[in-house]
Amino acid sequence: MIGIFLIGSLLISLAYFFSKNHLLNVVLAFAFCLLHGALAIDVYIHRDITQLVYFTPDALAVILVCVNSIICIPVFYHSFVYFSKHPYKPHEMGLFFGAMVLLTASISAAYLSNHMGILWIFVELTTLSASALIYHRRNKLTLEGTWKYIFICSISITLVFIGILFVTLAIQHKGITDLFYTTLSENATLLSPFWLKLSFLFIFTGFTAKAGLVPMYTAGIDAKDKAPYPAGAILASVLMNVGFVGIFRFYEITSHTEIFAWTNNILLISAILSVFVAAVYMLRVKNIKRMMAYSGVEHMGIIMLGIAAGGIGYYAAILHLILHSFAKPALFFQFGQIYRTYGSKSVYDVGHYFKYNITGALVLLFAFFIVTAMPPSGMFVSEFLVFKSLFASGYLWVLILTMILLTVIIWAFGKNVFKMLFIKPVDFDESNVTRIPFSESLSQYILLALVVYLGLNPPEQLVSLIHSAISTLPK
Amino acid sequence: MINILLIVFTISLIYLAMANRMLTYIRIIAFQGALLFGVAFIELIEISLPNLVFVLLETIIIKAVAIPLFIKYIIDRNHITREAEPYVSNFFSVVIVTVIILGSFFLANAITGTHVRKIFFIVALSSLFTGLYIIITRRKILTHVMGFLIIENGVFVLSLAVGSEMPMLVNIGILLDIFVSVILLGIFADKIGDVFEEQDVEQLRNLKD
Repeated sequence: MIGIFLIGSLLISLAYFFSKNHLLNVVLAFAFCLLHGALAIDVYIHRDITQLVYFTPDALAVILVCVNSIICIPVFYHSFVYFSKHPYKPHEMGLFFGAMVLLTASISAAYLSNHMGILWIFVELTTLSASALIYHRRNKLTLEGTWKYIFICSISITLVFIGILFVTLAIQHKGITDLFYTTLSENATLLSPFWLKLSFLFIFTGFTAKAGLVPMYTAGIDAKDKAPYPAGAILASVLMNVGFVGIFRFYEITSHTEIFAWTNNILLISAILSVFVAAVYMLRVKNIKRMMAYSGVEHMGIIMLGIAAGGIGYYAAILHLILHSFAKPALFFQFGQIYRTYGSKSVYDVGHYFKYNITGALVLLFAFFIVTAMPPSGMFVSEFLVFKSLFASGYLWVLILTMILLTVIIWAFGKNVFKMLFIKPVDFDESNVTRIPFSESLSQYILLALVVYLGLNPPEQLVSLIHSAISTLPK
Repeated sequence: MINILLIVFTISLIYLAMANRMLTYIRIIAFQGALLFGVAFIELIEISLPNLVFVLLETIIIKAVAIPLFIKYIIDRNHITREAEPYVSNFFSVVIVTVIILGSFFLANAITGTHVRKIFFIVALSSLFTGLYIIITRRKILTHVMGFLIIENGVFVLSLAVGSEMPMLVNIGILLDIFVSVILLGIFADKIGDVFEEQDVEQLRNLKD
């Protein structure tokens, strides 16, 4: 099935590049969503069965592929909404959709790969297809964003490659000649700690560009800002999960070795710095999209805190990852409506949103509560469990620092969101405001409801999947 | 023989630090490509023939000829000035690069357990850090790309060290090489030259908070 999926998405993507017909675009989008859904069902049923040598749907991959196949439906819907409001030439539309299909497919393939080299290749492909999406508007600023994204991602991917080479050096000595994650896990204790440490540093630093953590988070921020909002939704949710998967799979290998405590410290430092950076920038950022992007940096930081703390933190981290991937697209889709109403990305120009679009304003309000993890948000549960694990593993000062920073973030985020909702905008001409139908906000409500549902009352299957995803880690 | 080639490679890094003109940079990159061809030929002679041919063609055609010619074409097309415009003086650059090379030398010697032949490790590390240094200290966007190509060359040297047992990794590295050069240089040739009048990084300072 994975083979069919890869070939099918390649064909759909190619068809998009040559498509000039709106109806054909819609049909292809339907076909791709169906194909992706079929892949999700297939990997769920055939769990842990290796396909095509290099792809094994383990529990983590199954969860994330399912998340991806849910997200891609509203993403395509909002892409069509976007193009109906911002007319583009047919071939530009085709390029956008083709790149979108390629990006989504390579993200799923990256989740599923069980081999370091193959994961690396698909991560490289995501950079390629994402840059086509970022450059969609073809002006000076998008060019700058694309250039920075490609440059930083290329350096990061090179760092990952150096990390892989170091792993190879470590294993060659032991007579192992393949880079499957399972093989490496089994032989982890044999490997030289020095080379493992070195390769962990390189691989971690490299994947932070995708995951949106300190030190390489910068490229992602510009990319999410400059990409059209449906693409921004992908970049801010499922693409960040790719970086997480890259880090997590290598973390699993090190968890059986003597350097485990050391890797935890690295994750902890990066996580705290990420939350700190997010707090600092949230205070001063006035661009709504960048604000949302920095909120993603904060959440990835919290996820890494959970991983570093261990215990219940592993479960909480994976749950938080899933919930974040549902919540953040809702915000980005909502941003599209804000931009259509006000024609500006700046917080200063947006205001009194309740007056112009009541359903959209409610989405923004709810999404604010959900993303800042206030009850009944599901993220409250996961964040609470992360804090609990930090407390249990004795990182009391880290916990206190994180809570202070999170308070700052909630204040800064809330200040901007409430300004947008309730305070009158300056010099806003409301004569040509178009009403936005309720139907366009429906997908956001569904996504936000999913966050509440999955967090407060996770279904049996999800819980067991998460538990088996973290089963190899030490208790 | 490999040692001689690699040492010449390292010397070319020092020369890079004191080079002043864009044309010299291009020549050094082409020369490094030729050196890597030699190293790859000696080091990988045992791997299967199609693989060997692929690696060798990549180094000699892409690294040593195509990319330098392409950069030359970009410079002519966009009327980029001949100076490399470093932020720091050349003397200082030479000192820094020498320190980098010495540093990687000591680092490699400090590592206990010789998994890898030291010279590969030293050359790769110094090339990596020199590339980063070039990226940090030069003003033109195109020199950033060249710094990245230097990093790529370093990674290639490192992948050669493990290449005879795992040729797949060398191929992946080459994939990276081709991919990145095509994308980065392609965008540069096609877009940046048209949109921005001057190819300085100062032009890329609009996205910020």
